[in-house]
Amino acid sequence: MSERTVTVASSSGLHARPAALFVKAAAAQPVPVKLRVGDGPPADARSILAVLALRVGHGTTVTLIAPDEGADGAAAEQALDTLAELLARDLDAEPVDG
Amino acid sequence: MADTLHGLGVSAGAAAGPALRMGRAPRLPAPHTVTEPEAERSAVRGALDHVAEELTRRAARATDPQARAILDAQVLIAQDPMLAASCDAEITAGLDAAHAVHFAFTQQAEGLREAGGYLGERAADLEDLRDRAVARILGEPMPGIPDPGHSFILVADDLAPADTATLDPARVLALVTQRGGPTSHTAILARALGLPAVVACPGADAIEDGVLIHVDGTAGTVQLGITPEYALEVAGEAERAAARARQAFAGPGRTADGHRVPLMLNIGSADDLPSGATQDAEGVGLLRTELLFLGRHDPPGLEEQRDAYARVLRALPGRRIVLRTLDAGADKPLPFLALDDEPNPALGIRGLRTSRRRPEVLETQLAAVAQAVQDAATENLAADLWVMAPMVSTAREAADFAAQVRGHGLAKVGAMVEVPAAALRAEQLLEHVDFLSIGTNDLGQYTMAADRQCGELADLLDPWQPALLDLIALCAEAGKQAGKPVGVCGEAASDPLLACVLVGLGISSLSMSPGAVSRVGAELSRHTLDQCALLAGLALDAADAAQARKVVAESALHASRE
Repeated sequence: MSERTVTVASSSGLHARPAALFVKAAAAQPVPVKLRVGDGPPADARSILAVLALRVGHGTTVTLIAPDEGADGAAAEQALDTLAELLARDLDAEPVDG
Repeated sequence: MADTLHGLGVSAGAAAGPALRMGRAPRLPAPHTVTEPEAERSAVRGALDHVAEELTRRAARATDPQARAILDAQVLIAQDPMLAASCDAEITAGLDAAHAVHFAFTQQAEGLREAGGYLGERAADLEDLRDRAVARILGEPMPGIPDPGHSFILVADDLAPADTATLDPARVLALVTQRGGPTSHTAILARALGLPAVVACPGADAIEDGVLIHVDGTAGTVQLGITPEYALEVAGEAERAAARARQAFAGPGRTADGHRVPLMLNIGSADDLPSGATQDAEGVGLLRTELLFLGRHDPPGLEEQRDAYARVLRALPGRRIVLRTLDAGADKPLPFLALDDEPNPALGIRGLRTSRRRPEVLETQLAAVAQAVQDAATENLAADLWVMAPMVSTAREAADFAAQVRGHGLAKVGAMVEVPAAALRAEQLLEHVDFLSIGTNDLGQYTMAADRQCGELADLLDPWQPALLDLIALCAEAGKQAGKPVGVCGEAASDPLLACVLVGLGISSLSMSPGAVSRVGAELSRHTLDQCALLAGLALDAADAAQARKVVAESALHASRE
């Protein structure tokens, strides 16, 4: 198991647009990443409903988890880095495409 | 012999064409025994993929960024692996594809609704997706607005904002609904798009797909089973009328004798400005700011608001822009206000009253507005920004709001008149504020004690109600005495004849959906100020809304023939 701990920077937390961007990014990763708040049960990061149900607010510290058994370890590390970087940005402050 | 249905004409104009019903939610047949679970699983996957693809296509076509965001979120839900796993589990337990989807989605939606807040608002999305996926599995027509590839008249029970997010005004000729009222979403949308519409129309539910119908949004009638020749005639006349309106009105707004009445726009963001508005529009009479706050767990930050407001200032340099501070509550609940348990939200914590609970939200908004104005000044743009509060009830509230706004260095402060108490005390309100803007939709519902959401009370909610006009007259008179402007920014201003009545009552500016400006401007230019005053007198003397509309229409026709 590899993990990353990151503080959610988006002003609305992991809701609405930031949640959608995060779930899309998670679905694009080659490994199934999970998301956990504190000691809570891990949620599938590719499931918008599971992510929304965590009710992650602005400034909440969350843990990203990737399995390393069987999978390419480098790919798992890369996936965690990508998703951690996304959560550390204020996605609400970034302009909407198009 | 063609039948004629009678309803409420809520958006003027005529159209003829084939009727098409809004797709209904599919009915589940009796469950069938599953012999090949894998076939059921593949039917579920196929249906969910189809729904996701269809929504992706619609998102790509949607012009409104908010509508696109809603559709994008729906695509993610349709592709949610957790939901797909729940459907799989139901099939393993013995359900067929349609029942598995129905059960899994309904259960999830109920869970969200119990959670409330932002999650609760997603429940309707899940139910919509469920109906689409089930329709696909059963081979039934897709729920929602049909897309037959030709023009048609949309017939529905009623339309909600979610139904119309992707309505294509180039395809839809007119709207007919069984329910709804003059201020229901259908009516507001129809006026915004300039589509003829008849609502609260009994018998609309029996109109069959493909029948040629003639919709008269002025008279409120729907003629069924017309001939193709007659349909062409109506369509031709509608096209000529639209061309005449465009020609007759080249702005700015004025009466036949040159009395100036600025015709402004009601918008929710810079994206709502129609093409050409940057040259033609006289200004924005109502900049709604709720869009920034909707669907949010926490209110938007100062910077995000500042950017949004600055965009509008940049789009219309030098023109008046009237910004309404956050109007939340009642039909626009916001999760961060936590107003879930109000027994009667329309009479509860809404509009300006929300700042009793969360004063910092208004403070942040005013700071953002002030900074947007400063940004414009730095860019050498002339900004004429006015700020007003929704749901002001007393002169004391108006005074407090005015002091707060002026504290941010903003020069022009106003109050909206939506509560009868504010209209009755318009004179006292104007001792503290620089202008009044009348929201006729809410003022109508509170004056008549008739809920805006209640289609059955559509006649009471009619903006031609003489009692509502009495209150508007009171405000206009107070404005005249104080030498301060009193405008109307409710939907009443987008009805061409009612707009003339309002001007006759002494209203100094009108603000409306962008699609209504040319028709209102054209009608106004046909009457002098004295004639408008005469029309206003007739409307005030009428026994009820229907009579007011009728006598004014007859008199206006007579006057324009002279």
